[in-house]
Amino acid sequence: MAFPNSEFKNTKNYIDRETVSKRIKSRLQLNEVFKYIFLAGLVFALLVLSTLIYDVVTKGGGWVNLDFLRNFPSRRAAQAGLYPALIGTLWLMMLIVPMVFIVGVGAAIYLEEYAPKNRVTSFIEVNISNLAGVPSIVFGLLGLTFFVRTAGFGNSVLTGALTLGLMSLPIVIVASQEALRSVKMELRHASLALGASKWQTTFNVVLPSALPGIITGIILAVSRAIGETAPLIMIGAATFISTTPNNVFSDFTALPIQIYNWTSRPQAEFQNLAAAGIIVLMTVLITMNSAAIYIRNKYTNRH
Amino acid sequence: MSWMKKSALLASITSVAIVGAACGNNNEEGNGGAEGESLSGKVVMDGSSTVFPIMEAVAEEFSAEQSDVEVTVGVSGTGGGFKRFVTGETDFSNASREIKEEEAAEAEANGVEYTQLSVALDGLSLVVNPENDWAQDITIDELNKMWTDTNVKTWKDVRSDWPDEEITFFAPGKDSGTFDFFNEAVLDDTDIRQDAQLSEDDNVLVTGVAGTKGAIGFFGYAYYVENQDTLRAMAVEGVEPNQETINDLSYPLSREIYTYVNNASLNDKPQVAAFARFLNENAAELSEEVGYVGMEQARYDENADIIDELAGE
Repeated sequence: MAFPNSEFKNTKNYIDRETVSKRIKSRLQLNEVFKYIFLAGLVFALLVLSTLIYDVVTKGGGWVNLDFLRNFPSRRAAQAGLYPALIGTLWLMMLIVPMVFIVGVGAAIYLEEYAPKNRVTSFIEVNISNLAGVPSIVFGLLGLTFFVRTAGFGNSVLTGALTLGLMSLPIVIVASQEALRSVKMELRHASLALGASKWQTTFNVVLPSALPGIITGIILAVSRAIGETAPLIMIGAATFISTTPNNVFSDFTALPIQIYNWTSRPQAEFQNLAAAGIIVLMTVLITMNSAAIYIRNKYTNRH
Repeated sequence: MSWMKKSALLASITSVAIVGAACGNNNEEGNGGAEGESLSGKVVMDGSSTVFPIMEAVAEEFSAEQSDVEVTVGVSGTGGGFKRFVTGETDFSNASREIKEEEAAEAEANGVEYTQLSVALDGLSLVVNPENDWAQDITIDELNKMWTDTNVKTWKDVRSDWPDEEITFFAPGKDSGTFDFFNEAVLDDTDIRQDAQLSEDDNVLVTGVAGTKGAIGFFGYAYYVENQDTLRAMAVEGVEPNQETINDLSYPLSREIYTYVNNASLNDKPQVAAFARFLNENAAELSEEVGYVGMEQARYDENADIIDELAGE
């Protein structure tokens, strides 16, 4: 059946199991070896993560309670809380997400859908990718000279959000471009053929299809930004503050600053507070990511 | 029926009276308080991470009294704090060393006048591993030799009756005020040996010395006090670091820690003047709570006179 018209008909032993298995044995072994190397890679990553989580939870788990979330920092570890830092971080997130979404996705749409494919465009694209690798402290310096001094926003939560937002932009732009590029050309063509304008096509067809990828990029970028300490210290964000922000020009502090400060204290109880702070920061991030994943899945199913 | 109405009326009158009296009392207390009326506005501080725990404690207590004043304390380091202070951005600059000439010159160029206030004392502690049972005390000369001369490899090279145990050196980073003070008091501006391990995080130094038999390191007194079970402090020139010897300055590596206040802020902003007074009144007690040593009362009295004069009262 397999070889109806060939001379193989009578060569029943053409596939000699022994010969073949001897020949491919080394390849199969190599396959096994690599399988275990990859497995070891995964196990190692998970082991490190679980060790970290175990360490943080055993040290800080007992310290996370309502008072810890509601109180201001204190010299007495038992009364200390991270309320202003938590509120500061939430303010930052609320400002950064729309900012990077509008500017980042806008830039990506221009580059992918409108910009002519020439040297200038590819030069800009290369530089955006390079920006993604710039150390965060450099963005802190930029924030200090430009937003704090030149623009006169001071050490406000707006300055913090703009600085961290700028830092996240390259990742958001690159991820969004990738997502836009993966939208099938047929979809665009179909839309244009039905008489939709370029803008209608982009907004109603391309963008919704690319949204899952774009949101993934934003999650990654903003999660990284929320965990940053160096640029915030650089722009002069407070470490202790007796009030919480009530507008975008208010002074602020953020969770990573508070955690960093607690880890540097001599008293052992503050190390536990730092661990408790890490648990809170992780919870904030996981909550934000879950929300984003929910939105992403909704759109993935639709398209 | 009517007696119920009457008693209800009576009850409400009573409760109003009580509430009124309570309010009256509060107002009286507020007016009679040391700081006078309730203030608002901002008090902006930045600077040394060494001074931070004291200022956090002061700000915490101050905010309990003056909840409408926004107090911010940053930790840009002594040098980073002065950079902002000399442009007039901050009201206070916390420092674990005195202001440098170039920083003072910049302040003058910007028309910023300031006053140095000593807040508390710290004793730079020289610590060794608890397994080190030989080095009980050390002199400044020996310290200078061992921290600068790379020919010193073992404890025997420092003092001949000490064992042939290799020395590992742990020190705070060169940007820290603690390093500056050690540089001035012990190294005489000679470069620190290249093989010393430097870290900005004092807890890293604690771990290093606690884990290495022949190690020596130095940092603020608070880090030694909190880690007495894993570290041992050496006496310097025969004097051990403790509350008493640091307070009376007989411990040779006692140092003052400071805050610099902007004179104009002190004069123009009542909340800054109130904070300065509050700080000066409570610094001794609060600094001891966070691991530092208070100064003698006479020093705080001097500060109080300076503050009163500058605040224009």
